Amino acid sequence: MAFDYDKYIRPGKLPHIWCPGCGHGIVMKGLIRAIDTVGLKKENTAIVSGIGCASRLPGYMDCCTLHTAHGRAAAFATGVKMAKPEMNVILVGGDGDGTAIGGNHFIHACRRNIDMTYIIMNNKIYGMTGGQFSPATPTGAKASTTPYGNPDPAFDIAKLAIGAGATFVARGTAYHATQIDKLIAEAIQHKGFSVVEILDDCPTTYGRRNKYKSVIEMMNHLKEVAVPVKAAEKMTSEQLQGKVLTGVLYKEDKPEYCEQYAKVIERAQGGAK
Amino acid sequence: MAKKVAFLQGNEAAAHGALYAGCKFFAGYPITPSTEVAEVLSAELPKVGGKFIQMEDEIGAMAALIGASLTGLKVLTSTSGPGLSLKQENIGYACIAEVPCVIVNVMRGGPSTGMPTGPSQSDIMCAKWGTHGDHPAICLVPASVQELFEETVRAFNLAEKYRTPVMIMPDEIVGHMRERIVFPEPGELEVIDRTAPSVPPEQYKPYDTQFGDIPPLAAFGSGYKFHVTGLNKMQDGFPTTKASIVQAEEERQVRKVEANKADIMKWEEYLCDDADVIVVAFGSTSRSARFAVNEARKQGIKAGLFRLITFWPFPEERLLALSKQVKAFITPEMNLGMCNGVVKGCIEGNAPVHGIYHVDGEPVNPNEILDKMKEVK
Repeated sequence: MAFDYDKYIRPGKLPHIWCPGCGHGIVMKGLIRAIDTVGLKKENTAIVSGIGCASRLPGYMDCCTLHTAHGRAAAFATGVKMAKPEMNVILVGGDGDGTAIGGNHFIHACRRNIDMTYIIMNNKIYGMTGGQFSPATPTGAKASTTPYGNPDPAFDIAKLAIGAGATFVARGTAYHATQIDKLIAEAIQHKGFSVVEILDDCPTTYGRRNKYKSVIEMMNHLKEVAVPVKAAEKMTSEQLQGKVLTGVLYKEDKPEYCEQYAKVIERAQGGAK
Repeated sequence: MAKKVAFLQGNEAAAHGALYAGCKFFAGYPITPSTEVAEVLSAELPKVGGKFIQMEDEIGAMAALIGASLTGLKVLTSTSGPGLSLKQENIGYACIAEVPCVIVNVMRGGPSTGMPTGPSQSDIMCAKWGTHGDHPAICLVPASVQELFEETVRAFNLAEKYRTPVMIMPDEIVGHMRERIVFPEPGELEVIDRTAPSVPPEQYKPYDTQFGDIPPLAAFGSGYKFHVTGLNKMQDGFPTTKASIVQAEEERQVRKVEANKADIMKWEEYLCDDADVIVVAFGSTSRSARFAVNEARKQGIKAGLFRLITFWPFPEERLLALSKQVKAFITPEMNLGMCNGVVKGCIEGNAPVHGIYHVDGEPVNPNEILDKMKEVK
């Protein structure tokens, strides 16, 4: 029997705002399958986002949903999680929202290792505002504000998350649709701050400016650059040139923030020192 | 049993007032001269099972506050001028999404970094107009340590009752002075909790006006699933650009405060009945003004004090009525005429409004007020 996505979609809220060929819908379906796999209760799950195309995702989900201000998802979500640690908190958003205006909240959520999962849909562009370059836009790429090619170097978002202290970091692509739910499910089940970067496509504002002739070409590009971490182990650095590692990139066990704060409460109340 | 008495700093009293009101969550960022509020709550909140978090910045603190409030907790943050500027983004969010929260803003000199340790009263316009767009504003301006405690309790009550952010703004002198405080017994001061929904989850809408201008707010994680956004929204919480809905919702958000002004406004009239000259003052400046009024009376000048306790909404109608019986108003304030302008704006030119302004980090001296009274009486 086909998977029943409708169980998790808010009645009457489709169609979505995403353009034909956009990968965000693929990611949302992956998220839904992951939520179903893990068995999260909808009324006990908060989905939190900032601003941008990807950040419209929560509105379609039949959960407690919080569409916040630009870049602030991690900070709002931290308040939700800290106040009610028994809730499952999932953040979604794009590369600009999460790593430019929201960069500070992002790295500090990683540092605290608070038990939330952050899904970053990286389409390398600010899509909603018409295609300005983001911190994930490759050097040289065209955007509406880099008509002569982007002079900025790009963030490696997964590396940024690892460096900042996230304890589970994975990467997938919108092409590898069946892997997305597995990565997200593992991230949700991980105790601590988990980051899943999904390389995504924006045919409307990135593809057209950067000589991708079709959505299929963009998807094929994602297919070609992705190398599973296991396969990469057997490859030379020359072979890995221009490739992007996918799968679970990093995982470690570290004290989780809400559990650490529970100990603060215990100490304040005269319990264990 | 004798009541508990203490010698407390204003900022400490604000923290204890928050605890009395049932605050269970604080998110903040260190900033002079408000840091003591955070320090006290970092120690006291976990004792009552509450949570304290020091965020990465002022914006994040305001964001975490809203997130925590949406789970049903009473929430507080504290800051000062530069922090208030940064918090405005999410203060606007709390206004449009209608999320109760309380902000203690201890006023220091500005703009920008200004005078971090100097007193000021120059954030009062920022309390009303700081965030963009039309929105409700409630701002309380206590003048003593005892009043800072009690007004903090009232700030929580107003936030929960009207589903909106409330600012409590002591100037640095009130925030840092130490005075005797008598702690109210539990139950002595009214404590209001937000209204819980009366309908089951499947019928719940977060902005359902069949329950009036202030619809009940459910808590995340309590069985109710709903959507919250900073976009203009419909009654079910989802974004809309439909003109008639946007207009009606914006008007309702502002009306929540405007239609309930009588409940929110609070002021003290001291010797105003027969006064020729009325000093309109608030915070520490009102203490100088009271001293000056007493001196003036001794010297045969019919002076009075109109002391604002709520600054926003402003008691326009009452000042208009008083303007018909006085020869002049005087507004001493630690800014360049913010309150002066507001008074002028509501008295239809019935009397002159003389200002005494300090932005030098010095309080307004009673003699300055007395001299001005002699000049204008």
